[in-house]
Order: sequence, then structure tokens, then C-alpha cells
Amino acid sequence: MAFVKGLTCRECGEKYEIGPEHVCEYCFGPLEVEYDYDAIASVISRELIESRPQNLWRYRELLPVENEPTIGLYSGWTPLVKADRLARELGVEELYVKDDSCNHPTFSYKDRVVSVAISKAVELGFDTVACASTGNLANSVSAHAARAGLKCFIFIPDNLEQGKVIGSVIYDPVPVAIKGNYDDVNRLCAEIADKYRWAFVNINLRPFYTEGAKTYGFELAEQLGWKLPRHIVVPTAGGTILPKVARAFEEFTRLGLVADEPWSIYSAQASGCAPVINALHADSELIEPVKPDTIAKSIAIGNPADGFYVLKAVRGSHGGWGESVTDEEIVDGIKLLARTEGIFTEPAGGTTVAVTKKLIDTGRIPRDESIVISITGNGYKTIEAVSASVREPHVIPARLGDFDELYASLA
Amino acid sequence: MPVEVRIPTPLRKFTDGADTVPVEGNSIAELLDDLDKNHPGLKGRICEDDGSVRRFVNVYVNGDDIRFLDNLASPVKDGDEVSIVPAIAGGTRSLS
Repeated sequence: MAFVKGLTCRECGEKYEIGPEHVCEYCFGPLEVEYDYDAIASVISRELIESRPQNLWRYRELLPVENEPTIGLYSGWTPLVKADRLARELGVEELYVKDDSCNHPTFSYKDRVVSVAISKAVELGFDTVACASTGNLANSVSAHAARAGLKCFIFIPDNLEQGKVIGSVIYDPVPVAIKGNYDDVNRLCAEIADKYRWAFVNINLRPFYTEGAKTYGFELAEQLGWKLPRHIVVPTAGGTILPKVARAFEEFTRLGLVADEPWSIYSAQASGCAPVINALHADSELIEPVKPDTIAKSIAIGNPADGFYVLKAVRGSHGGWGESVTDEEIVDGIKLLARTEGIFTEPAGGTTVAVTKKLIDTGRIPRDESIVISITGNGYKTIEAVSASVREPHVIPARLGDFDELYASLA
Repeated sequence: MPVEVRIPTPLRKFTDGADTVPVEGNSIAELLDDLDKNHPGLKGRICEDDGSVRRFVNVYVNGDDIRFLDNLASPVKDGDEVSIVPAIAGGTRSLS
């Protein structure tokens, strides 16, 4: 396939050949995959995409791999749930949940970016993959590396939820917990990636890795009947997914796969770690790093690598905005989604639900236009976040009389 | 005893390939000036024309981001370890 032209610096436009490079050596700007859209336009169509298997590779012309994909053949194509009960609760007319909490194989949107990154790592000839992670990414890299038969190192903060830790080590990577927060892990990994000959999916393979996040946007547009949502709310941690969802909408529009209509994108962060929202609200381009303090550990990144591009994407959309919410609101958001739609998400998802509610209540999102809430992770990995605020089971002996008594007491 | 400054791959062409170089100075600003004296052109890659650190570069003293310290005025002393890291995370790595 000749659809990828090379890598280009997002800041100064310097061009590079395809390889495990991610930083412009002139200005330190991030490198990005550049496509030949005219060539893609000549082959791609709704019909072609619809004829393919239901996984993220159905959009392969818009993904940076050369060979037949071998990784992630079951990843992506997660449900777009029409959320009527949640819509009623929030007082809006048309609401959807794009539910990556059931992504294959590790239940978060990271299965998308890792499918692409590890496919590329194999193409580039690496035998070892690695990542810096708040948990979900380590889960996904570990699982995909196991299936691909690659050696794997994962680097995580030493305070993660048990489900996130076990959810990695079960696949037998070399797990390394760093004393500190994600930003400490990330800085160390930057130096490790500079020294060891590995494919760090979110460091030296970052240009390819981030492209995988576009499939979240492609899918939901296809699932809406080849149409963009008017409003979409996306959580922000390192800042990968939001700009790539925006890019997905731009690419589909440019290729004529969807109509050119206005859309707005909104960033969701936890108040205990809101560097991007702080800059957005201060009308600043400068993202001041923060020390994270929130139960939403998967999005507790105080120094987001792509935060600047989140700001750009939000401001570049029609009336885009962002909000942050407290830990209490996050837990309420998790419980609200569970009780209305039967979807159990992690604190990042609770953040997105709570921020959506706030944006609707404050009039930023109108009540009569289509809205998508981005759910990117699964609550079964982070039971610590809600265990203190849910009901205990009623414990009774195995006797009908005892149940009758309980039932009567519930009335 | 001078301060050790860790140089990321994209900048090693200025240091003859060295991944760390010893530098003299009492603050980050002084270190950058001294670095540029011995390796001309290096500071221009790290800082904007007005002297501020470029958006896509992070500087750390013993693992602490200087934006949590005193930015360019952050003090350094003998034995400290200073890292220059591309903000986008990590350096480049080539298979060749």
C-alpha cells in the first residue's frame, strides 16, 4: 500500500522517512504520519469499508501499516449504544455511548492504539515492546505482546489499582513499578527509550500508536449511519485520543465519506488533574503541569504530551469547550451510567459522564442535538474507586422465611 | 565538581555523540549558557530566541520538572543531575 508518504513534524514541517522516530530533531515537535489523501480517495468507499470484517482494520487505508495486519484482528468495532435512559436523566433528546469498555482483548480504547503500534513494531523488526502506562495501556501491550510472541516490558506508577496491575502481569511481561506518579514513569521511560533498542509504543512508536485512536472516531461515524455527531465529549489524559477523534472526523469529511457539517468536541478532566482544562479556561496556549490528585488514575497525567493539541482541536471545532469535575462527581457519573445504561466504566468514564452533564446543565451543549459520550475504559478494573459508595449485599440464611422477611422490609 | 547534563539523542550531534556532558553553573540559565559555550548551537535548540525553554522541551533537576521549581532560575549544585527531555516523551531510536 502506498498511502503513507512519510513522517512530518507538526510544528516546523520537516519531513522524515517512516521509522521509529517521534521527535523532530530541529524543533522537538512531534512527528506525525502523512498520507496521500488523493490516492486514498481513489480507492476508499463506504461499500469497501462495509464489506470488511468488523475490526479496526476495516479503515486500513487510513492507518500507517504496509503489510497485511496480524495484530488486533478482534479489536475495535465496539458498540455505539443509543442511551435513551441516560438521555432522559440528562434532559437531552439524542444521546449515544461509544463503549470501548468492552474492547478486545483488554477492555479499553488502548487496544486500538496498541494494535497499530505493535503491528508497526513487527514491521520494523523489533522483538521487544514496552510502554509507560497508567494501567490500561500496560494491560493492552502485555496482552498483544503475548499473542504476538514478543518480549515485553511495562512501566507503571507504584500506586495503581490491583485490577490494573494483575491485568498486566497475568500475560507475563517484565513489570516495573516506578516510585512516583505517571509523569515520573514517563520521564524515566523517555530516557530508557533513548538507551535501549525497544519499541516503546507511546514513545518512539508514538506517531503510529496515536493513529490507532482515529478508529474510535471512524467507527462511531459509520455506526451513526455515515454521519458525524454534532457534539462529542472525550476524556483527556496524555492527550492522544481527542485530537485523533477530531482528525478522524476531518479525514472522513475530506474523503467524502460523511457530509461536511459542523461538530464540536469537548475535553473532560478530573479537577484533581486538569492541566488542559486550566489552560482552556484561562484562554492560554501554555499548559502548566500539575501534580495529580484524583481517584481517576487512568487520566492522572499532570504533564500531558499532547495537551497542546487537545487545546487546538477543541478550539478549532465549532464551539468546543471542556470542563473538570470532582472525585465525588466522577463516582456519581460511574453510578449514573451503570444504573441507566447497564455499563460499568472506570473513573475516566465517570469523568466523561459527569463533564457531559455539566456541559449540558451550563448550556454549553444544547439539549436538542446529537451527543456522543466517549467511554474508554472498564469499571471492573477499578473497583476500589466505587467500593465504598455502593450497597452491601443483604446476607441471609438459605431459608424462604428469611427472604420473605427481607422482602417485606424492603417495601 | 560540575553538574552532569543528560543530552537526548536528537541533540548529541552537538556533543560528539556524548549522552552526558559536565557543565558549570549555579542555575539552569547559567548551565544552558555554559553548555552553549562548549557546544555552540545547543542552546538555540533548547530555547526560543527570548531565552525561554521551547514548548516541546522539558528540563528536569534530579527528576523534578523545572516548572515546579523556579524555571530557568532553578538552582543547581555540584552533583545534581539535569535531564533535557523532548516533551513529547522520549528520544529517538534508530534501528540502523
